[in-house]
Amino acid sequence: MRVALFITCVNDALFPDAGRAVVGLLERLGVAVDFPPGQTCCGQMQYNTGYRHQAEPLAVRFASVFAGYDAVVTPSGSCAAMVREVYPRIGERAAAEGRGDALAEQAARVVPKVYELSEFLVDVLGVEDVGAYFPHTVAYHPTCHSLRLLRVGDRPTRLLRAVKGLDLVELPGAEECCGFGGTFSVKNPAVSAAMGSDKVRAAVDSGAEVLCAADNSCLMHIGGTISRQGSGVRVMHLAEILARTEGSAS
Amino acid sequence: MSGTYRGAPAFPKAAEASTRDRQLRGNLRHATHTIRAKRARAVAELGDWAQLRAAGAAIKDHTLRHLDHYLEQLEAAVTAAGGQVHWAVDADEANRIVAELVKATGETEVVKVKSMATQEIGLNEALAEQGIRAYETDLAELIVQLGDDRPSHILVPAIHRNRSEIRDIFRSTMGKWGRPAPDDLTDSPAELAEAARLHLREKFLGAKVAVSGANFMVAETGTLVVVESEGNGRMCLTLPETLISVVGIEKVVPTWQDLEVFLQLLPRSSTAERMNPYTSTWTGTTDGDGPQTFHLILLDNGRTDTLADTVGRQALRCIRCSACLNVCPVYERAGGHAYGSPYPGPIGAILTPQLRGTASEVDASLPYASTLCGACYEVCPVAIDIPEVLVHLRERVAEGGPATRHGTKVTIKPARGHAAERAAMRAARWAFEHPRALRAGERLASGTRSVHPARLRLPGPARAWSDTRDLPSAPPEPFRDWWQRTRGARGGDGGRATQ
Repeated sequence: MRVALFITCVNDALFPDAGRAVVGLLERLGVAVDFPPGQTCCGQMQYNTGYRHQAEPLAVRFASVFAGYDAVVTPSGSCAAMVREVYPRIGERAAAEGRGDALAEQAARVVPKVYELSEFLVDVLGVEDVGAYFPHTVAYHPTCHSLRLLRVGDRPTRLLRAVKGLDLVELPGAEECCGFGGTFSVKNPAVSAAMGSDKVRAAVDSGAEVLCAADNSCLMHIGGTISRQGSGVRVMHLAEILARTEGSAS
Repeated sequence: MSGTYRGAPAFPKAAEASTRDRQLRGNLRHATHTIRAKRARAVAELGDWAQLRAAGAAIKDHTLRHLDHYLEQLEAAVTAAGGQVHWAVDADEANRIVAELVKATGETEVVKVKSMATQEIGLNEALAEQGIRAYETDLAELIVQLGDDRPSHILVPAIHRNRSEIRDIFRSTMGKWGRPAPDDLTDSPAELAEAARLHLREKFLGAKVAVSGANFMVAETGTLVVVESEGNGRMCLTLPETLISVVGIEKVVPTWQDLEVFLQLLPRSSTAERMNPYTSTWTGTTDGDGPQTFHLILLDNGRTDTLADTVGRQALRCIRCSACLNVCPVYERAGGHAYGSPYPGPIGAILTPQLRGTASEVDASLPYASTLCGACYEVCPVAIDIPEVLVHLRERVAEGGPATRHGTKVTIKPARGHAAERAAMRAARWAFEHPRALRAGERLASGTRSVHPARLRLPGPARAWSDTRDLPSAPPEPFRDWWQRTRGARGGDGGRATQ
């Protein structure tokens, strides 16, 4: 099986540790992962802000860069959802607007091969215990797009429960949005910040040392709020926890 | 829509004020979380909820596709049953028809059943200009009217008020509209309700004309349906001599069998009840029983334009249950007034910019009043994909494009104030199409990380981020450099796969 990593633009530029963790984790599980260097961004920011025509060439790029792989793994629920839910729609609109069926056809081929990390681990590799060790109290925030678009369900928490030493605690109001919302965070900063503060309070109330999610864009917002407020919780991507072993530092 | 909302500020500005109002946030948080939990329990009781929801969406879609047919069937049935049907293309025409009908009775007062359609057209204000006083009889609408306020929720219009605020409103203004509240009125719910009952009872008994909306209209028999919880609707629909109903054209359903689906979906989604307390139905007029004159005004006011939009038309399925408001984290913090329309919350954010267009500042800002978290879609009893429509309308605002206004196909120009954003989106897209340029930019950020201040205050629109949140620090190297450095040698595989 030829497996490609789709790192996402946010992880590439700002959170490379999550990508390194995915690579380390998959290699530990015996999966040789490839990183096609032509990849950039899925176009979600453009599309969700109303610039579908700017997102379209990025969808074309994605479909061509990842065309030769059997599986594409990404450490972002919302980027995976962008490809799976929205690319077919962009392809349809491109065809309707006279730009041909090529994108719709390419999208139809690549869409079924795109997996968010927890889906790939549980559904494709069939593992829940990835051999990780992380002796900390953790609360899991199910990000909206992984929850409601991808419907990853309890896959992430099954993976976390199997981590040696990890104490998974409940996050109050877990399924409520953190308030990031892409450009919402700067277009509606007051509401975004209010939602972020409430999420941070929930994390503190949970008693967790670490707030974990499978999307670094949400964690950038939550973590930025924590850092500004000086709350004693830290944020970590799911991959970074799953990559930790008894041999590695925690 | 109503002139009441003309000149409303853009959503982010109004919402910002709401987030600083601790009382409002407390009231809304308590109310929305309570009803949210109750709805979830009421819905979970039904094993076939998913099928009911699909049926509701399918019936609405079928009816909308054949709207011309069902409206004519409805008109014929209402007329045959002794009612008179009027067609109003917009708010002004509807208001004019209602005013003329009231004047023809010689009356100067009307009682009202809670109605979104008449809020939408600003009927009370239009009637006041003609010397006609309209009395709201729904308890929450009464609170709003007495307080010279605006509704902030579809189902619970005074959700932003708490008990002591309501007592103050009753004590200070009830007497100006009719029977005053007792001087020693407290904020106990029973006393507040009793004051309202006594005040309203005089209105019901004296009224000769009532104005209502309708939740549904059954085409096969020409029957209108109002569902409510207080009994005020039943009073208004039965006691007066003349009944005037203003109803959006999308409220028609073909048959009583179709109605059955919605009478299950609506109460559980809105008030979390298995069945609503009062369901009133009427078909034309009946000799010696109830209003002897019945007028139905079928309101378009942007609905046909909305129907012409293949993505946006699903908003017309809405049965005004408010489940999307109660579950929306943005509504909870912003409050209903920020939406600048009688339709707040997620449904308002997709309905208002379609009914009114996106020309005004507030209307252009509404499609962006969402994080696209999808909670609204999940609870919608007629499966309106609100996030999909929001993004569709964002495109209309940001890029412009085709739309239908007043029955004519037009090309909407991109909204003002989006030029810098448009340039940034294009620049980002260009960089993402040129991975080498992207890599150079990432390296620049990483290479200069030692001189980035820890708590950066960003210029321009990005300050909206840095005012409340720290930025992540740039990493020592972007991921793609780490990959190249550690695994680049075996990159040939990827090279072959992507040419």
